[in-house]
Amino acid sequence: MKEALDPHVTRRELLKLSPLLLLGGFAVPAFRERLLDAGVAWSDATSAAVFRGGHRAPVFADDDVVPFERFPYNGYDVLQPSIDFDRWALAVGGAVSRAGRYSLEQIQALPKITQNTRHICVEGWDAIGRFGGSRLADFLDLVGADPRARFITVTCADDYYESLDMATARQPQSLLCYEMYDRPLDRGHGAPLRLQLPTKLGYKQAKYVMTITVTDVLPAKRSYWGDQGYSWYGGL
Amino acid sequence: MPSAAKTLRPAYEHPWAVRACHWTNAVAITVLTLSGLRIFAAFPSFGSKIPEHDLIEAVPQAITIGGWLGGALQWHFTFMWIFAGGGVLYVISQIASGHYRTVAFTRRDIAGLWPMARHYFFFGPKPVATGQYNPLQKLAYTTAIGLGALSLLTGIVMYKPTQSSTLGLVFGGYHGARLVHFLAMCGLLAFVPGHIVMVALHGWDNFASMLTGWKRHPEYTPSRETR
Repeated sequence: MKEALDPHVTRRELLKLSPLLLLGGFAVPAFRERLLDAGVAWSDATSAAVFRGGHRAPVFADDDVVPFERFPYNGYDVLQPSIDFDRWALAVGGAVSRAGRYSLEQIQALPKITQNTRHICVEGWDAIGRFGGSRLADFLDLVGADPRARFITVTCADDYYESLDMATARQPQSLLCYEMYDRPLDRGHGAPLRLQLPTKLGYKQAKYVMTITVTDVLPAKRSYWGDQGYSWYGGL
Repeated sequence: MPSAAKTLRPAYEHPWAVRACHWTNAVAITVLTLSGLRIFAAFPSFGSKIPEHDLIEAVPQAITIGGWLGGALQWHFTFMWIFAGGGVLYVISQIASGHYRTVAFTRRDIAGLWPMARHYFFFGPKPVATGQYNPLQKLAYTTAIGLGALSLLTGIVMYKPTQSSTLGLVFGGYHGARLVHFLAMCGLLAFVPGHIVMVALHGWDNFASMLTGWKRHPEYTPSRETR
């Protein structure tokens, strides 16, 4: 029976904890940013890997929808960017077989989906709204999007821009939205066309969409808020 | 230190996995709390209240990290993996090694709760140690693990409210998960001051055992060492 503890034993046991010192990297400013970027990138990659495109986001009864007046506009800058509505058309390019400009009528000719879904802001608030539009998947088929392409990117009438993984773009509730509350989108909500994505945070759901590009490579400017530090994936 | 305790030989009380997970999650819970408070400050509510901007400053900036919501989310989304990894590793190692028996609160510990509380808080006599941990300790540690698991599950619901909508039903949906997540944090925070005071009262030998695993002067030595 040993009365005192061999210092070699305790020292060895203490050294076994040394890998934990790696956590100290977060205290070093030079490493911190890279570590946190890696953490968010890992979270995004994992989110994309486990995303189930067939799993529907919850839909709600009409009674659960917040009144239109209380659905926040929450624009980041101007709510009414200058748009020539008479000549508006969605410019489509990239890995598509039928590139070109698509009018709102052509988009509205696709099967119309109306859904009551929860809009969740990265800030933490949420509002259940009523949205109408065409499935983004149907539109991608219309323009002949390369089925192997990985992303779509969108640009907007203001200087906003976004990009989406194809699995989310093709999720059956992902809409090219032109109606809210059974009325045409008003200007603050993104007229004439916005993305409405129940499986993404609000900042991914770009308003005033002007162009859609199907691509395998994300541009340097990937996401207006994502580029400033929010998760690019932004999945719910 | 009671003189009787000195006759007990040194005990290896904390296996490596326990020590590693303890310190990892001490850091992770600190980071997650501070960044979580910054995230909460962006919308300090648990309802579906539509935000009116310039909400009252519910959380002083000084007790948060990340600087802004996006920065706080980066810390949160990074350390949630460290927290979850540490927690899962801890639970698996505890179960695989059987070490959980020393710390898990069970029905047999209920009777010992009051004598121990009387000793701690009302100068009652010290009950004889029958294990590495006394019933109050077991209750506190087991509750803390439960709160950690609750934080993790409600965190998943908040992070992926549509993909985990079925799990979300357990917590009352997105809003319920937000509330339970916050309450779980409060519970963990409530655990910390008592934990630190007790560690301070028990001195260096006890503290060092969470670094080296070894306690020179244990109050109790298990019949079979799990070295």
